Amino acid sequence: MERVTGRLIQMYGNIVNFLRKCVFYILSVGPIPNHIAFIMDGNRRYSKRLNLMQGAGHKVGYSALMSMLKYCYELGVRYVTIYAFSIDNFKRSPEEVQSLMDLMLDKIEELLREESIVNRYGIRVYFSGNLKLLNEPVRLAAERVMLATAKNSKAVLSICVAYTSTNEIVHAVRESCEEKCDEIALLNSSGGYEPDESDHLIKVTDIEKHMYMAFAPDPDIIIRTSGETRLSNFLLWQSANCYLYSPSVLWPEIGFRQFLWAILNFQRTQFYLDKKRKQL
Amino acid sequence: MLFSLHFSPPPVIAPLPFKPLSHVPHHHHHTLNMLPSTHVLKPPLCSTMEHFTLNHHGKGGEEEEEEVDQTLPLGLRREAMPRHVAVIMDGNRRWARSRDLPVRSGYEAGARSLRTIVELCCKWGIKVLSVFAFSSDNWFRPKVEVELLMSLFERGMQEDTGIFLRENIRVSVIGDLAKLPEALQELILNLEETTKNNTHFQLIVAVSYSGQYDVVQACQRLALKAKHGLVEPGDIDASLIEQELETYCSEFPHPDLLIRTSGEFRISNFMLWQLAYTELFFAQSLWPDFGEAEFLKALLAFQQRRRRYGG
Repeated sequence: MERVTGRLIQMYGNIVNFLRKCVFYILSVGPIPNHIAFIMDGNRRYSKRLNLMQGAGHKVGYSALMSMLKYCYELGVRYVTIYAFSIDNFKRSPEEVQSLMDLMLDKIEELLREESIVNRYGIRVYFSGNLKLLNEPVRLAAERVMLATAKNSKAVLSICVAYTSTNEIVHAVRESCEEKCDEIALLNSSGGYEPDESDHLIKVTDIEKHMYMAFAPDPDIIIRTSGETRLSNFLLWQSANCYLYSPSVLWPEIGFRQFLWAILNFQRTQFYLDKKRKQL
Repeated sequence: MLFSLHFSPPPVIAPLPFKPLSHVPHHHHHTLNMLPSTHVLKPPLCSTMEHFTLNHHGKGGEEEEEEVDQTLPLGLRREAMPRHVAVIMDGNRRWARSRDLPVRSGYEAGARSLRTIVELCCKWGIKVLSVFAFSSDNWFRPKVEVELLMSLFERGMQEDTGIFLRENIRVSVIGDLAKLPEALQELILNLEETTKNNTHFQLIVAVSYSGQYDVVQACQRLALKAKHGLVEPGDIDASLIEQELETYCSEFPHPDLLIRTSGEFRISNFMLWQLAYTELFFAQSLWPDFGEAEFLKALLAFQQRRRRYGG
């Protein structure tokens, strides 16, 4: 009896997978976003609403994340970025911060395993942010994952930890200024420096190449769950022309429906975006 | 800004109990409503609004000294009003096209809409309004259209200087002004100079502006300072960048609320750094149709939001 139920469940799962792939096939007729970013908001509210233990919402949120990643990579989205932990989140209670760090360490180490999603889809993982702010175990685990997946080339997963956009911009500005100063010092010493040359002015490209997110193109869609419509210091620089979608579901509740809706709306506005890109 | 402003005498506005800090988020303390209970009703969210003047019920001897609170529509809480509202005035051309009118009519209707919103901001105690009048990207529009916009700006500024002075409005223009026609640049500088001491309300007009341009120019100024030894590259931090951004001309450089009309869900390169914690509101109507009712809806939605700043 249990074998029959097991078989039925498996069959049901296969049918759902097949139907999903059909939907993705149809969607691929139109433009597919190259880069989707997620602000995974609402885990604590989910815990509270279902009277779960503290931290349980984040665990359910992790499974929601795995589903979303699966949909993205199946559809053919090459870059996915997630806002895992903001520098502002350090303001939370020490217990909560510690439990989030523990969860992150656990999940980062899971990525290193053979059967993990990164190996299944050939994903290269980046950790973007001021990693010096993390405790040592998490930072070392992150560096291990980045090294282990460095050769993967089919897709990219960017995990923003200890990240805020203003911190990223400050870091990029600082590096650009240092670079320019060094350049000028070098030219000075070799006698080739002309004080009025506008080549020595910092440009957009100088700042962009020093961003933590320099390895990825700008996101096409930013999805923030739980109905809050703000960026909370996430990818401010990169979101200049990006479609912002804020479904009211909490992050652990996000599913295929919201994903599909985001893609359809993206496709609807893509004509306008392409026109803009041609102009620039 | 092609409009004539007709204002009722400016109401006395009690200063909001917040200290403006640079990038440190202020916490909106939703204090208990000290106003009479008739004010604490659920907002009707319809186009008819009931305006009434609220009086403090003070002790007898103090009544002459009590200020009459300004008129606020039903449902809006004074203490939770945004100090700085930013607007992306999108949809003028679509508005004109949908009515078979020339593009010029769309922009003129948009200017009238702007007048209404400025008036409402002054009335409802919003201290700063930033408007995205012309983006760096808009230079790529057809030359005829760009020239039309430049001439509309010129006319607007010339016609309304008197009103800005009378209503105590400070006008600041941010953006890469070097790209503008010289006559317009001169007008802008004169207007800024003439209104720089006005304190009731600030109108920030972003012309030839983009968020990325703002950060890049801040970076260039810092690099210049670093070159002259005024600052060490290693010392550059958020507050130094903040001071070089063009919005530093304002007491409240960060918008609390950003409204974008015409149903587009994107920021289109407006004020990126400053929008870090800004509540975004996307309105479906086109800018020329965005009036008091829609603005009220946006403000009410803003007041429902819980701003946590990551905490």
